[in-house]
Parts: sequence; C-alpha cells; structure tokens
Amino acid sequence: MDTAVTQQRSMLSQLGAIDCDVHPDAPGREDLLPYFDDYWREIVTTRDVDRLELTNFPTRTKPFFREDWKATEGKGVEKLRKNLLDPYGLKYAILNCVTAVHAIYDPYLATAVCRATNDWLKAEWLDRDPRLRASLVLPMQNPEAAVEEIERFADDKRFVQVLTLCMGEMPLGRRTYWPVYEAAQRHGFALGVHAGSAYRHAPSQSGFLSYLAEDYVHQVQGFAAQVGSFVSEGVLGKFPDMKIVLIESGVSWLPGQMWRMSKDWRGARIEIPWVKESPSALVRRQIRMTTQPFDAPRDPAELERIIEHLDCDDMLLFSTDYPHAQFEGEAAIPAGFPERLIDRLVRENALATYPRLED
Amino acid sequence: MARHVIAKVEELDIGKSKLVKVAGRDIALFNVKGEFFAIANRCPHEGADLCRGQVVGLAEADEPGKVRMTRHGELVRCPWHGWEFDIRTGKSWCDPARTRVKSFDVSVAKGGALTEGPYQAETFPVSIDEDYVVVEI
Amino acid sequence: MDQAVLDKNTKADAKLGIVDCDIHPAFGSPAELAKFLPVRWRDHLADYGQRSANPVVGTLPYPRMTPGNGMRRDSWPPNGGPPASDLAFLQEQLLDPLGIEYGILQPLAAGSSTLNQELGAAMCAAVNDWQLDKWTGPDPRLKASICVTQEDVPAALAEIEARIGDRSFAQIAIPPRTIEPAGRRRYWPIYEAAEHYDMPIGMHSAAYGQHANSGAGWLDFYIEEHYAFSHSLQSVVTSMVFEGVFERFPKLKLVVVEGGFAWAAPLMWRLDKQWERMRSEVPHVKRPPSEYIRENVWFTTQPIEEPENNRHLLDTLRWVGADRLMFSTDYPHWDFDDPRYAFKVPLSPTERVQIFRDNAKRVYRLP
Ligand code: FES
Repeated sequence: MDTAVTQQRSMLSQLGAIDCDVHPDAPGREDLLPYFDDYWREIVTTRDVDRLELTNFPTRTKPFFREDWKATEGKGVEKLRKNLLDPYGLKYAILNCVTAVHAIYDPYLATAVCRATNDWLKAEWLDRDPRLRASLVLPMQNPEAAVEEIERFADDKRFVQVLTLCMGEMPLGRRTYWPVYEAAQRHGFALGVHAGSAYRHAPSQSGFLSYLAEDYVHQVQGFAAQVGSFVSEGVLGKFPDMKIVLIESGVSWLPGQMWRMSKDWRGARIEIPWVKESPSALVRRQIRMTTQPFDAPRDPAELERIIEHLDCDDMLLFSTDYPHAQFEGEAAIPAGFPERLIDRLVRENALATYPRLED
Repeated sequence: MARHVIAKVEELDIGKSKLVKVAGRDIALFNVKGEFFAIANRCPHEGADLCRGQVVGLAEADEPGKVRMTRHGELVRCPWHGWEFDIRTGKSWCDPARTRVKSFDVSVAKGGALTEGPYQAETFPVSIDEDYVVVEI
Repeated sequence: MDQAVLDKNTKADAKLGIVDCDIHPAFGSPAELAKFLPVRWRDHLADYGQRSANPVVGTLPYPRMTPGNGMRRDSWPPNGGPPASDLAFLQEQLLDPLGIEYGILQPLAAGSSTLNQELGAAMCAAVNDWQLDKWTGPDPRLKASICVTQEDVPAALAEIEARIGDRSFAQIAIPPRTIEPAGRRRYWPIYEAAEHYDMPIGMHSAAYGQHANSGAGWLDFYIEEHYAFSHSLQSVVTSMVFEGVFERFPKLKLVVVEGGFAWAAPLMWRLDKQWERMRSEVPHVKRPPSEYIRENVWFTTQPIEEPENNRHLLDTLRWVGADRLMFSTDYPHWDFDDPRYAFKVPLSPTERVQIFRDNAKRVYRLP
C-alpha cells in the first residue's frame, strides 16, 4: 500500500468520515420473503417477483461491482465491514438500496416491496452495525403510501433520507410528489435522488441507447432535468428545510447548467414568478451532491477550478459509491480536491444535510 | 448639467416609449401613466434598444401557480433576452444592485417657460402654448 | 465578481468578417413554399396539414417568451411579414452591421420532423429550392442547408445527390431528435455520403420530437425545455461516439447547433471515464471518446453560458478548446447572441479568429 493511500485512509478515520453513498447487495425475493405478509408472499412467489434489479443499473455487472471488493470472502454486512467500514474507518455509511422497485407498475406491489425492503434494511443491515445509516426506499408510484412509509419510520433516526431515482415516472418537481416532500421535511429527512431509470421514458430524446456505457453517461441528463424541475416548479422555495442530494451524478455538469438557468431566468422568470432568486442561488442553498463519480479532467490541478465554479463550500458530500468501480485502490477523494474543504467534504456537509444524523 | 427639451407631451401616449438622441446619448423615454421617465437606451446585457422593449407590469408570486400582476406599465422588458428594468429607476428586476441603466431626471414644462433660461431645445421648435418633456443631462 | 453586463473593452472587430452558423430564414407567407411543392402535396397540405409530433397545431407546446414563437421584438421587418422573412431587412439588421461574411441558413420548417415521411421528403426538397431562390441566389453571403428526412434514408440520399453539386449548400441538416439514437446504423448511409462529399452534418436543436424531453418524462416549463435542448445534442455526440460512427467515418464532420457549449467539457470527461470503465462493451470504439470529439465535432456558441463570474468562462473555453467552437447568433430568435458582446471575457486574437471565422470557414469549406 503506498503512502498516499495510507494517508487518505487515516485522514478519513481521523475525521470520522461519513460515506454518503454505499450500496448494499440488492435484495432478491429470498431475502425479502420474511418481510412480506402472507398475501404478498404468495404473490411474489407465484408471480415470480424475484430478481429486483434495474436494467439501467445492473448491480451484478462488471462496472457495478469492483473486482477486488467482489473477491472478498463473506456477504452482507460482514463483507461491507471488511471492504469499507473498517479500512476507511468510517463513522457512518449511508446505505442506498437501488432496486427495481422503482420500475414496478403496480402501485400496491411497489408499496409492498418498498416496505419489505426497508424492513430488510433495518434487520439485516442497520441492526448489525452501529455505523450504518440508510435511505428509505419509497413507492413514488403511490405518493400516499410513500407518506405512510415515511411516518412508519419517523422514529428510527437511522433512516436519514428518502430515496428515489433521477429518471422515474415524472419530473420530481411535480405537485403530485409534494405530500411526500412535506412529510420528509417535517421529519427531517433529506430527499435523495439516485442515478437510475425506471424506463418509463427513454433515457435520451432519441430513444433507448444501445450500450450500458451510453446509458450511464445519460444519467447526467436525468439529474439535470430534475434540478431544472425542482427549481422551476418551486419545490426549493416550498420545502426550504429539505436538502436534495444528487447521488452518483458526476458533479461537474452542474456549473454549466446553473449558468444557463440563471441566464434564462432573467428573461423567462415571468413563466415561473414564484422563483424569486436566481436558480444558482437556490441550487447552492439546497442541492447537494455526492462525489463519486466525479467527472473531472485528467489533470488534478483542474479540479479546484470546478469547485470554484460550483462556488458552494457546503455542496459536496463524500462518497465511495461502494461497490461500484469508480476509482482505483482507495483514492475515494477525487485527486486534487482542495485541502481546505476536506473537513466539510467528509463530515460537516453531511451533518448539515442530514438533520437526523447525529454527530 | 443642462436641460434639454426632448419631446412634446402629446406625442407620447401612456404606455409608449420613444428613442431620443440628446447630447450625444441615446435615451429611451417612457410615458408611465402620464408621468415621463428617461433611461439609457442601451441594454447593459448585449446592447439591445430598450425603447423597443415591451412595457409591462410586474409578475409576482409567493406560491407556485398563484401569480399577481402589479405595477402595471412600470417596467420595460428588453426586446431581446427579456430582462426587466424598472422604468422609474433603471434598475433591473433580477439584479438591481449590479445590473442597471442610467436614469435621467425628467420634467414637464410649458413652452412659454422654456423660451427663457438654461433650456436647450436643439433642433426642436418650441411653441409657447404646448407642454414639453425636459430631460436633465 | 464581474458583472453580467457589457464590458466596454469587448469591442466588435468589424473587419474580421464573421461567420454566423445559425440564421433562421422564414417564409413571408405559406405560399412562398407552396410554389416549390408539387400539386399533389400542395393539395395534401391544404386538406390534411403537416402532421408532426408537436402535440398542438400551429404553435409550440412550450409557449415562448416573445411573440412569433420566440422572436426578437425588434426583428419584424418594416415592410411586413414575420421576422427573417425579408432579405433586405435581414441584411440591414444582421448581415451588414455585424460584418457577417457568411451566414449558414438553418430552416426550421423543413420536413425532417414531418410524420408523413413522403410529405417530409417533398417539404425538404421544396425548402431546399426556396433557400436558393429567396436567399442564397440574391445574397451569396448566405449558405443553405440540405434539409433531408433522416428517417427515410433512401429519400435523404436522393436529396443529397440532387443538391451536392451546388456549393450554395454548406451542410446537410438533420434534427438531433431522431427516432433512434443518432449513431445507429440506420443513419450511417447519410454519414457515409456526408463524409464522401466532405459536407458537415448540422444538427440543430429541435422544438419537438417523438421521445420525452427528459428521461423522467416531459418537462413542464419552457425554461426547462430550453436547457433540455442541449441534452438532445449531448445524446447525439454520445451515441455517435459509442456506436463507432467516427471510427467508421473518420473524416465525418458534425456540427451541433444551439445548445451552448459549457456542457461539452464535462461530457467529454464523463465519456472518457465510462469508456475506460466499460471498454469491453464497446470494443469497436478504439480511442477515448474525447479524441473523436476533438477531431470530428464542433459546437456553435449560442446561447452562450454566462457565469456569475465571467472569468469562469475562460476555464470552459480552455477545456472545450477554441478550435471546436463556432460563433452563431440564432437570429431572429429571442435568445440571439450579438457577436460584439456575447463573450464577456477577453479572447486572444487567435481564439477570436478561430471562433468567429476560421473554424466555420474550414468546416463549411467557405472560400
Ligand atoms: S440585450 Fe437586453 S436582455 Fe440581453
């Protein structure tokens, strides 16, 4: 292990780093069976509701499971400890369970699978390691049930965020979802928007793409559309205490969009007069981003320029995106990340983003 | 500082604007509900002629979807990218502190009063009985 | 922090001779086009109209901010007719005062988005005739686009063959919102012809298409749609790289029009990273995506991004490269960029010449 790696590791543990994007193995039917009631157990068994994995976010494929991590003995929490929690000395790791539940059409089945998934997260993960925190998986197909799910877990502070995808049924700013945001804000949850598509719509304006590589590139468009939607529908002003976290978004695309939206707002604001400040200001106040992947130029010296363009020291949250193959070795913090912001990156910003997370 | 007679009151209806060239400057003159205001004609963004902009009210909302119109006829929207400027002050609505155009003092005076004193009518024939718009530059 | 306003030092270089890569000519009246259409299609239009994926007839589903579907308010010709329908006024308002040496016409009413593809082909042919008759003939500063129906490839090829000998045409125009991703093989014959004849493919942002304008469905507001235009261009670049179009047609020139350009650098970084990560999925893509883009793709500048701190644009320029950028006004649309004031940062003389003139002259092979 070279010194840079050792240094990064010991720095992370000294600072009590919070990893804001860690993926548990996506649960299959066998994992979830104990958490369904008898009706849903019958349904998922008879009707083959089994491998709950998004085509767009296939967790068992090569890019989504780093070889060296995959090779580690063990499974579940045990494997996570060996690969991540122990070596990085993490204070907390926030589990984001990205599964095909978002793509299920039947709103009641989606709700049942969400409930089972959250119970499974609690029993199989949170209860087994005190460093773990998690996002609630929500059935956005059924906003009423999503609110109920938030209420069900309101007292379990280990759930710090509610989770949805950057490409779902509708732009997330729509009023349909506001009751969900109202409940989330009331209980101090952040809203996590994760990479992934339910394939309700093609990920590009020219249809479905041939390759996974292209599909992954297109996640940026989903995130950018959601930022535009949150701003222009007035969600940011309406729910000012709820942070929105863009998880696994790539980061460096955001300044360009802020520039364009703020420019356009000056001339087009009469379309959305409830947006009283420039979109950049709103985004900086309320939108947060995890840092893996970080689409940066090859030269680490350029990273500081991107950070300057973001112009918001509170925006970035440390993440490994475990177990995806995003970085080599242990270099989870993007090369060239400015020293002066490390503390914020690995800890402080997360604490400010997730009110349910205790220091 | 000099006073320049720039228009006859009656040639500019309420809600209308006009470009006047005075003392080497392009000035956009507006009639807001019977009161006259003058601002620099050149938009500070990319240089469009503000005198050709649309005279509008202010759209405001505290809630998404609940919009009210106030200050009818007191703003001009740039004919190109639509930035709004307060005709009374020259300040832009979106960035009043940093993005603004110069505004000039305007008054209305009877032709009779203009034949004496420090007024400059330049190429403008003034008749005693009519009302004129006077700008101070 | 700098102001997002005019810098008095940013002077126009009137002597430079600018190439404007995005001018939208308009019909004075529908009859202007009808003149070039066969009777069969004239009757068809009269009886059934021109069906497209636009959900509303005759106007835009995301209403624009200014009349005329988003025109500069000062662009109505004094002699009547809609903006950019009168050559004399276009010369007076755009070409002469701004020192435009060449202007690339990007007709938006062409047949490429017409659902009846046979009608679309006829519309394209008529628009191509019209450009010669009304614009490039009377004013040779203007260069036409060969408008084609990309979804009916044989028809597109026939139209290209019919026009290619006329140097009044400077590019082949297809919209970025194709039915399938732009890199798919069904479109390759068009790229093959473009490469063969050394004609750039121009892809101009389109106001409607057959797929939602975001992966999360249709957006609600024009301010969202306006930015999403750049996404359709990003998809074109991504698809053409990953499908191996530039590997197969190494001399192909692609110009993406009216999406701004600040997104181009992060897109290249992301493409390179994903290519490294999933290289074995796309073995036909031999080199890092950014290398193809740096050889085969150009971006027009309008609507230029305007950071709160103007100088941040200098980083963007460095990352994208002045050799990839070509100036455009988008006249007569509301989001028009004025060549004198659009760039609020100082450009070096070389960058200026590249962006405002030389890149476009080379790409479009202008004398
Ligand atoms: S020139 Fe006035 S808003 Fe751009």
